[in-house]
Amino acid sequence: MTDVPAGERQQLPPPATDSGALGWLRRNLFSSWGNAITTVVLLFLLLWLVTSFLNWAVVNAVWTAPNGQACRGHGACWALIHEKYRFIFFGTFPYEQQWRPLLAVIIMIVMLVTSADRRMWNQRLLWIWGTGSFLTFLLMFGQIHIPLGLILFVALAVGGLGMLLRSTVAKPTEIAGWRTLAAIGAIGIVLRLTGVLPPWSLALAPFSYVETSLWGGLPVTLILATYGLVFAFPYGILLALGRRSNLPLIKGLCVGFIELIRGVPLISLLIMASVMLPLFLPTGMSIDKFLRALVAVIFFAGAYIAEIIRGGLQSLPKGQFEAADAMGLNYFQKTTLIILPQALRVVIPPLINTFIGFFKDTSLVLIIGIFDFLNAANQALVDPNWAGFPSEVYLFAAFVYFCFCFSMSRYSKYLEVELNKGTRR
Amino acid sequence: MGRFLNAAAIGCVVLSVSGTAWAGKDLDTVKARGQLVCGTMEGTAGFARADSQGKWVGLDVDVCRAVAATIFGDSEKVKYVPLSAQQRFTALQSGEVDMLSNNTTATLTRDTVLGLDFGAVTYYDGQGFLVNKKLGVKSAKELEGATVCVAPGTTTELNLADYFRANKMTFKPVVIEKVDEVRAAFFSGRCDVYTNDSSSLYATRAANPPPPLTPEDFVVLPEIISKEPLAPAFRHGDNQFGDIVRWSQYAMVDAEENGITSKNVDEMLKTENPSIKRLLGVTPGMGKALGVDEKWAYNIIKQVGNYGESFERNVGMGSPLKIVRGLNALWKNGGLQYAEPIR
Repeated sequence: MTDVPAGERQQLPPPATDSGALGWLRRNLFSSWGNAITTVVLLFLLLWLVTSFLNWAVVNAVWTAPNGQACRGHGACWALIHEKYRFIFFGTFPYEQQWRPLLAVIIMIVMLVTSADRRMWNQRLLWIWGTGSFLTFLLMFGQIHIPLGLILFVALAVGGLGMLLRSTVAKPTEIAGWRTLAAIGAIGIVLRLTGVLPPWSLALAPFSYVETSLWGGLPVTLILATYGLVFAFPYGILLALGRRSNLPLIKGLCVGFIELIRGVPLISLLIMASVMLPLFLPTGMSIDKFLRALVAVIFFAGAYIAEIIRGGLQSLPKGQFEAADAMGLNYFQKTTLIILPQALRVVIPPLINTFIGFFKDTSLVLIIGIFDFLNAANQALVDPNWAGFPSEVYLFAAFVYFCFCFSMSRYSKYLEVELNKGTRR
Repeated sequence: MGRFLNAAAIGCVVLSVSGTAWAGKDLDTVKARGQLVCGTMEGTAGFARADSQGKWVGLDVDVCRAVAATIFGDSEKVKYVPLSAQQRFTALQSGEVDMLSNNTTATLTRDTVLGLDFGAVTYYDGQGFLVNKKLGVKSAKELEGATVCVAPGTTTELNLADYFRANKMTFKPVVIEKVDEVRAAFFSGRCDVYTNDSSSLYATRAANPPPPLTPEDFVVLPEIISKEPLAPAFRHGDNQFGDIVRWSQYAMVDAEENGITSKNVDEMLKTENPSIKRLLGVTPGMGKALGVDEKWAYNIIKQVGNYGESFERNVGMGSPLKIVRGLNALWKNGGLQYAEPIR
């Protein structure tokens, strides 16, 4: 044995049974007799479960069959999905035209994915959503008629908002621009209402018109969830701010609305929208069923989002409000530049949680006869030729829902890390 | 006094004018829209469901198509609005749909209190019993001591109890709500008998029982213990629209009675039989009386088929349900389908 100085002695690796995979196994799974037995039993159970599931779902599965009876006695009947997948994805949308909802779904997913990137969080986002939504609805409806009144109203609203929000920061020329826009809108609306301007509308009609009652499947779920939440989010912010307002009327209204909506189940709201509302409207007048469901989702999601955002607002130290006041910012600037960015960052996890919840809750529209993704899947089972295979259909639906919800939850994780870079040490 | 009479006269005129304006309101709306809006079910095998291509098919759907063929000459000019059981009457009352053809049982209260009118009965349904042939039971009277699967619907459960009490028999109820679960329980032998409206019993029988069982192993017993006449519904008030719905149905039944089918309807145009000539509009008059095109019945038969064809295609022997005609056979064959004469 040669004498080596202490610093140069070769360091021996720890015993193989203490490190590496073996060590981990020994420490965690086989540390005692009891644990070893449990591990082995559970491992066999898992193996048995996985193999029997694979046997059912893959090995013995029937991938194509003329009808359900031919599937009987084998494993999973994926032939049912093969037969019905277009109905499950697109519902009663005219069969030859189903490339349209397919394209609409792709556009919506692209829109969602691109706007998930933080580098897009500026004016580009507005363009992405503007074009994306326009294309989506053009594809779904096939034809869009924009009445002149609506164009003028948008001009008035945009001009007015620009004036309000940019009043202290913009150059005089920009302010003048906003003013002109608002003025054109206001004068135009007055002229339109008095009948000077004709009832003209901008018509875009590249495809055949498909009304909302024929929509179905994944596009319906995506539109209800996406646009429900897109509208519910600013609405929820307004409600949350209103609830903290010093003006008793605004505060009272917001509290009343939030408590009322949160106090009833979504199902009852949907049934109210679909059964009660038509009774109050004059005969012959009816609001689109899909729109009614969308509004119900917006109200419901808005109330929940408002409460989450209120939590974020309350978590801000009072000093932030006072500092903003001391800088001479007005209420809008204080809220949009100081308060909301901080408050929203805090509430990302619960917000995404709500989003995921609502994505799945949209399937409740099945009780008012809208064929969303889950309901279309359900309907595929009605066909007597293919009846009796609920597990295949629901597994398939669960898989699709999982893809969406899991990507949302991963995104929430990414966003938390991204937005908290400033506060991490 | 003179002034009062004047006022009364004016009032009468105003009322009568508004009365006539209201009479054809629904039909005018439908015509102006260019499309019939038909409330259907959310998906029931054989009666109304969207097929793999998203197209609506079924016995109830054919009624909507027949009405559209009468009004527009085109059976495809229908918009289907799937409605749940809670929604259906409101949707009709509020004008969201023009008519319901969704397995609604015609009853007195619905006809009166809800302000509806019913067309002719499209399907005579009723509560029945489904059993495995192995039991060797030929009649519901032999079901003493049976285990009965039943959905917790008030009337279905009550009818069941009443029937067994009236026949001095005992039974063990197994109450399950979801259709898929009831079917699984019944197929696995947890209950000897499944009771429901016979149309759903046939749908259950056809719902791919697990092997080695086949649909032929099950039989619906002949006893029907409740009356469920299913008929299309429309609002009180527009009698002309009501006439069109009713006579569109009768035309289908009359066509079957006269042996006119979608295949031979063109040859039938040349027939000498006066009632067929009237029906198909060769002898004009019927269409004018109904306020539609003289070819109305021809269009229905050509595009939708006669009642028998529709029945066999959707729920009868040509479909997986394999429902026997039974009460729904023509009156000549011992059933209840009896169309008032078209003349």
